[in-house]
Amino acid sequence: MSSVAAALHALPATAPRPGVELSTVRGATTEPVWVQRALIGAAFAFMTLFLFVPLATVFFEAFKKGVDVYLAAITDPDALSAIRLTLIATVISVPLNLVFGVSVAWAITKFDFRGKNVLLTLIDLPFSVSPVIAGLIYVLIFGLQGWFGEWLRAHDLKIIFAVPGIVLATVFVTFPFIARELIPLMQAQGIEQEEAARVLGASGWQIFWRVTLPNIKWALLYGVILCNARAMGEFGAVSVVSGHIRGETNTMPLHIEIVYNEYQFAAAFAVASLLAALALVTLVLKYVVEQRVKRQKRSTGDRAE
Amino acid sequence: MILSRALLKRHTVLPGFDLALGFALLYLSLIVLVPLSAAFLKTFTLSWSEFVAAVSTPRVMASYRLTFGASFLAALLNAFFGLIVAWVLVRYTFPAKRLIDALVDLPFALPTAVAGIALTAIYAQNGWIGRWLPFKVSFTPLGVWVALVFIGLPFVVRTLQPVLEDVSRELEEAAATLGASRWQTFMKVIFPILLPALMTGFALAFARALGEYGSVIFIAGNMPMISEITPLLIITKLEQYDYAGATAIAVVMLVAAFMLLLTINVLQAWSRRRQGGL
Repeated sequence: MSSVAAALHALPATAPRPGVELSTVRGATTEPVWVQRALIGAAFAFMTLFLFVPLATVFFEAFKKGVDVYLAAITDPDALSAIRLTLIATVISVPLNLVFGVSVAWAITKFDFRGKNVLLTLIDLPFSVSPVIAGLIYVLIFGLQGWFGEWLRAHDLKIIFAVPGIVLATVFVTFPFIARELIPLMQAQGIEQEEAARVLGASGWQIFWRVTLPNIKWALLYGVILCNARAMGEFGAVSVVSGHIRGETNTMPLHIEIVYNEYQFAAAFAVASLLAALALVTLVLKYVVEQRVKRQKRSTGDRAE
Repeated sequence: MILSRALLKRHTVLPGFDLALGFALLYLSLIVLVPLSAAFLKTFTLSWSEFVAAVSTPRVMASYRLTFGASFLAALLNAFFGLIVAWVLVRYTFPAKRLIDALVDLPFALPTAVAGIALTAIYAQNGWIGRWLPFKVSFTPLGVWVALVFIGLPFVVRTLQPVLEDVSRELEEAAATLGASRWQTFMKVIFPILLPALMTGFALAFARALGEYGSVIFIAGNMPMISEITPLLIITKLEQYDYAGATAIAVVMLVAAFMLLLTINVLQAWSRRRQGGL
């Protein structure tokens, strides 16, 4: 009933004539209640089959054999070293992409230059490349048969099947996240505030820290959250360059794969539950920040009008 | 200074163009462009006939059929249910709506390997859902499709939602005033507005599914000729040190991905125009 009331509320022009009962009146722009219920039911069924049940399964399977097994699985030395490597890869790749995101967004949104659209397309490129291919291209360059393979071996350096390769692959797959969040917002904000600061004598860095950064901080945080989630969870690209050396080049998702293939399902789901919990935290943070960004976009829009 | 003189279209008082663009271009080249071009250069070590032979063996062809077919069908299901989910989220009120709205993004946030083992467990023959089904899902091509539906789910919903929010109610009122039934209004007024965004969402889900690896390999069973996806075949070749063969298949997939990217850009421009025109 509340939807009928809401529809009527949105349409004061079609308010019911006195004497007509509310429940018998349906706005001209809404569907019969049975259609609404059927559509909501269909959406629920679809989301349950493909989203809720998988999510619940992760936690159910993780604790199926008891808390002891769970704790043993996540404090296993190989699991701990996988967690450490995942954190290392994330801590390096997120700041790198952050600096890139801010600088490319600054160039694209504050200046008018030739080739801007080409650059915009190129930023998104890593999203359309399969993670497996993302790993492959680094093998072609730094692998033993690769461009620098000979040179690296001569200098006793290792990139593929070692930590640097994992970091590179992670940087590649998370490349566009922060830039993508910043560009639309900064485009909407325009350049007037920065120009005003410039005219008043502010230096470039002063403009950035005191004018631009406060304006974009929520969108920036939003991009970092998305980038972080993907960096910790990446599987395909990292799998190609890792070499799967236990305790050395295994990230959390790779550790899950190995343990799972050894039929230690409870242990695999235990480590998986950590990543699933991270995903849930990500969604909550994302929701909170999204509301802020929306509010900010709205106020930017108001100012523009 | 060189960059700004060569590229800037008009004078500006803001500083930092050279530094920002210079760094961005350097980083983009080192991380993305040079490595990607390595894939194309590597295939030049093959002659044309060797290349064609490498990318068209029966096993590779079977993997294309599975990858493209399952991706297409998964995107199709996502387009259908994505439209319903987006519609329900924008138009109706019901309990736990915000929670469900937030959970739509789960496939973006949940690592693919986690999704893979969870789906495998559920759709296995003794799993929560698999035990009720008269046919096998896990370890068959159907399992590939299930995993691809999961990872493509948010794309259609998220591209449709903003467009649906912007559909002006006046148009629907006008249609109703002129005697259209609700179904006619939907088909002739609302759906044409949504179509470009729906197709964009479909293309995004399809593109994502083509390259997907993590969630699929657990549930697929990975039998050559039957349930082996193309990205897995690339890894198999790589593990056999057949770098040229792996790269040749990768180039085929890259070209497909770039063509899709182009299509998506065109669709998005169309979507913006259609919205702008209203």
